[in-house]
Amino acid sequence: MKIRLVALAVLGLGASAVQAQEVIKLGVAAPLTGTQAHLGKDIENGVRLAIEEYNAKGVTLGGKKVKFDVQAEDDQADPKTATTVAQRLADSGVKGVVGHLNSGASIPASRIYNEAGLPQVSPASTNPKLTQQNFKATFRTIANDVQQGLAIGKYAATRLGKKVALIDDRTAYGQGLADEVEKAVKANGGSLTGREFTSDKATDFLAILTRIKAQNPDVIVYSGMDTQAGPMLKQIKQLGINAKFITGDGACTGEVIKLAGDAISGNTYCTQPGLPLEKMPGGKNFNERFKKRFNADVQIYAPYSYDAASAIIEAMKAANSADPAKYAGNISKVNFPGVIGTVAFDAKGDIKDGAVTVYQFKSGKWEALQ
Amino acid sequence: METLLQQTVNGLVVGSVYALVALGYTMVYGILGLINFAHGDILMIGALVALEAIRLLQLHAPDLGLIPTLLAGLSISVVVCMILGFTIERTAYRRLRNAPRLAPLITAIGVSFLLQTIAMIIWGRNYHTFPQLVSTTPIEPIAGVFITPVQIVILVVSAVLMVALVLLVNKTRLGRAMRATAENHKVASLMGVDTNKIIAATFIIGSALAAVAGVMFSSNYGIAHYAMGFMPGLKAFTAAVLGGIGNLGGAMLGGLLLGLVESIGAGYIEDLSFGFLNSSYQDIFAFIILGIVLIFRPTGLLGERVADRA
Amino acid sequence: MNELANAIPWLGKRNPAAARWVVIALALAAPLIAMLFGKTWVRILDFALLYVMLAIGLNLVVGFAGLLDLGYIAFYAVGAYTFAFLASPHFELHLPFWLVLPLGAVFAALAGIILGLPTLRLRGDYLAIVTLGFGEIVRIFMNNLNHPVNITNGPQGINMIDPLVLFGWDISRPIRIGEEITINSLFLYYYVFLAFVVLSIILVQRLQISRVGRAWAAIREDELAAKAIGINTRNMKLLAFSLGATFGGVAGGLFAAFQGFVSPESFSLMESIAVLTMVVFGGMGNLAGVVVGALVLTALPEILRHVAVPVQQAVFNQVLLDPEVLRMLLLSLAMIFMMLLRPAGLIPAHSRYSRPELVVGGVAGEAGK
Repeated sequence: MKIRLVALAVLGLGASAVQAQEVIKLGVAAPLTGTQAHLGKDIENGVRLAIEEYNAKGVTLGGKKVKFDVQAEDDQADPKTATTVAQRLADSGVKGVVGHLNSGASIPASRIYNEAGLPQVSPASTNPKLTQQNFKATFRTIANDVQQGLAIGKYAATRLGKKVALIDDRTAYGQGLADEVEKAVKANGGSLTGREFTSDKATDFLAILTRIKAQNPDVIVYSGMDTQAGPMLKQIKQLGINAKFITGDGACTGEVIKLAGDAISGNTYCTQPGLPLEKMPGGKNFNERFKKRFNADVQIYAPYSYDAASAIIEAMKAANSADPAKYAGNISKVNFPGVIGTVAFDAKGDIKDGAVTVYQFKSGKWEALQ
Repeated sequence: METLLQQTVNGLVVGSVYALVALGYTMVYGILGLINFAHGDILMIGALVALEAIRLLQLHAPDLGLIPTLLAGLSISVVVCMILGFTIERTAYRRLRNAPRLAPLITAIGVSFLLQTIAMIIWGRNYHTFPQLVSTTPIEPIAGVFITPVQIVILVVSAVLMVALVLLVNKTRLGRAMRATAENHKVASLMGVDTNKIIAATFIIGSALAAVAGVMFSSNYGIAHYAMGFMPGLKAFTAAVLGGIGNLGGAMLGGLLLGLVESIGAGYIEDLSFGFLNSSYQDIFAFIILGIVLIFRPTGLLGERVADRA
Repeated sequence: MNELANAIPWLGKRNPAAARWVVIALALAAPLIAMLFGKTWVRILDFALLYVMLAIGLNLVVGFAGLLDLGYIAFYAVGAYTFAFLASPHFELHLPFWLVLPLGAVFAALAGIILGLPTLRLRGDYLAIVTLGFGEIVRIFMNNLNHPVNITNGPQGINMIDPLVLFGWDISRPIRIGEEITINSLFLYYYVFLAFVVLSIILVQRLQISRVGRAWAAIREDELAAKAIGINTRNMKLLAFSLGATFGGVAGGLFAAFQGFVSPESFSLMESIAVLTMVVFGGMGNLAGVVVGALVLTALPEILRHVAVPVQQAVFNQVLLDPEVLRMLLLSLAMIFMMLLRPAGLIPAHSRYSRPELVVGGVAGEAGK
């Protein structure tokens, strides 16, 4: 008998065994190995905390008490692996997915979730395209690059100086964000002195910086990652350029402070989508719970993945079912107070009122402004 | 004008690093007819080993002073890279010396990726901060051109090493044996030259130069990571071909020229192409030059060897 | 059809007919077997077939003609982008695949000729470096040609590419037979890709034993001698380049349709190296070996993920080497040790024209001294 059950399960025909409590699995897809592993783990832990708290409270769907569980998959921050992982999650019968981290992984994966009828809520992918594919159940709890680019461009042009030089790293993220910055700078009365380009593997920026120096801008905007921003700050100092410097979330990290060494100053700014943890409505409390449960600090995305998981479960509750076909339509209608603020989505699936915070480098760390 | 001067200085600094690495390529190619793909990765290992050594020294001997610490770190990394270069030649290349052309080349690509993977395992995939032992704060600008002490050191050290290498090859017994081996292995060995030893020596010297280049590269940019060697390696190879592979003077000239082309090209391409092209094409200058040189003047600027001798 | 039997050497030698049938049965049943482990594995198989096509194409250039191409992925990119341009909302064009796929192949072949014409004089390592540069140039142009006129959509890539539609039948949608049975689109893609692979194998095999194939073998062994016996080496090499590129172009088009999204990061140098490793690993010049090499190396990262991660967790309580690092390690070691110890590849060639110089003499001969 036992053997036959195993055989059935292997063949994928085994229906979920009848249990007193029905187990509902949520998928998590994020890079769990490699350079971004700590961020991926952050996402996974946020989801874990959410479902553990729902389990403790007890959720009843369709008259049956249910228990939530997590299936975490490693997408290695790679587009192709992401599609494989997405397929695996769809196969294994998860009812909803929180993920992925990188837009480059989220976009190809979203197609597979959409085909499988699985709702996907990304806590971290900021590329506007993700929610512009007309998929019914693709959402995100983080502000997208349009919102962030707008904030950078506006802050640069209105607070840091009218003449703006723009550099991007020719990645999907860097170029997408820079395009939005360019629009926002112009919309806010600033002018672009020039737009230069580098790559996400470059270390020498002297040639483009020398060119920028000749254009004498008030502020340099870099749209790319911290690994380039650090050496770039050094070379800005090395060439005696006095412009202010502002970057997006890719370089709003502790890493950039380390890499720039003594070349980073109070003239350096950066932005992050969302509010700083201590300013989120539920932030302080969340941080304590998170720390107690995982004995680790919140990196960036845990509050967003926590709210992403909550949004899925709230939609299930509203539909009184964990069947994706039945509850998917309810995600767009959720409206509840989450950790990051009110969780509600617009028509496309982007978080409503996605906040962006500007930080300034002060006494050895990034400090939130306003 | 100031901008052009500044771009020239930028280009010369990058170019002299290319030149140092190009010397290693050119020596190995001259003697074995092998593109040692892994040469750029030896630069990377050199930088990371120096980083590790300097960190340890700073921890255990904090009173040593900046320059002695740097020199000690550099020496350790040079020695490690010499051993590494020797080992690679001995284990991976020597057995293939008479194999068909493609075999050693594919092996060399394999060695390159192996070194990167090993570095990834030891040092992780993150960027590391390279300690700033020589200042990167610019000195008083000269004619509006900013230059830092590190950059001056790079220019001086490269020049000295290049001159030393030319003297070594042209004036010493070892150098004569190297030239003989490059000319013809069999004849050289008949004349009493231990060609195996000479080839090993070539790898050792080239690796030492790569280690120095790596430490200078990292000191200049303040970073080190596992994949840092690939691009400089490729560009240095281009430089060697541009100058005429197998020719020491050519490698130096090629390196400096390539540095200048990249720097001035990235600075002015947008104006020169009326806005059609821009600095996003900086990385393809090297490849385009490489293509043009190989097609129209396969011997390079100063080379005597023919392109398909290998 | 002898190549088929070679894929299982121990059986192939004794009973070629049986071996042939085993291979055919395996190829047909593979997705059904994979399905036992989940659809994920069917998707991996689909990708594996695309890599098989790439490896077959590169083998034509490297294995048959002896020209080391390190930028082969550029042709894959040309095929993929052609498909994306002509069958996606990007230019509002939705041409049918039977038109787009051949066009992709033609453009890839043209790219092959453009690369081949000026570089034909170069040999061995020089050619390798120039082709590497070509691959990077293509990628960098794809990444930057969104300015001043938006052609490639830059680093954002092109999304929502049309799926394959065969005779008005969209194979990205499952087929339903009655109420009970549905055939997933992954299976359909598998059999479509399989058809292309089989076609490629037959074509390449015919080619190998044809006059052209013999000419390539002659050029590979000794170009001067080949020229002396009246082979037009220039044209023959160009043919190798463009034919090899054609396979890359077709595979690229299929990839674009299958994935629905192309962006320049899919066409990095690392991909070229990965395909080259498949060719080297399986055995340069040997069709069956190359196919097996591609299959093994595509499945490798997945297997590593399923085996290496749990094993490490059990033994060390943590993951010391993540699957990607392990894959890199194995690939680089494979390249080195294949050349040193088994230069003829996993499955050495028997065929006359396959690669005698690597099998006998050469390496073994003078290596020891």
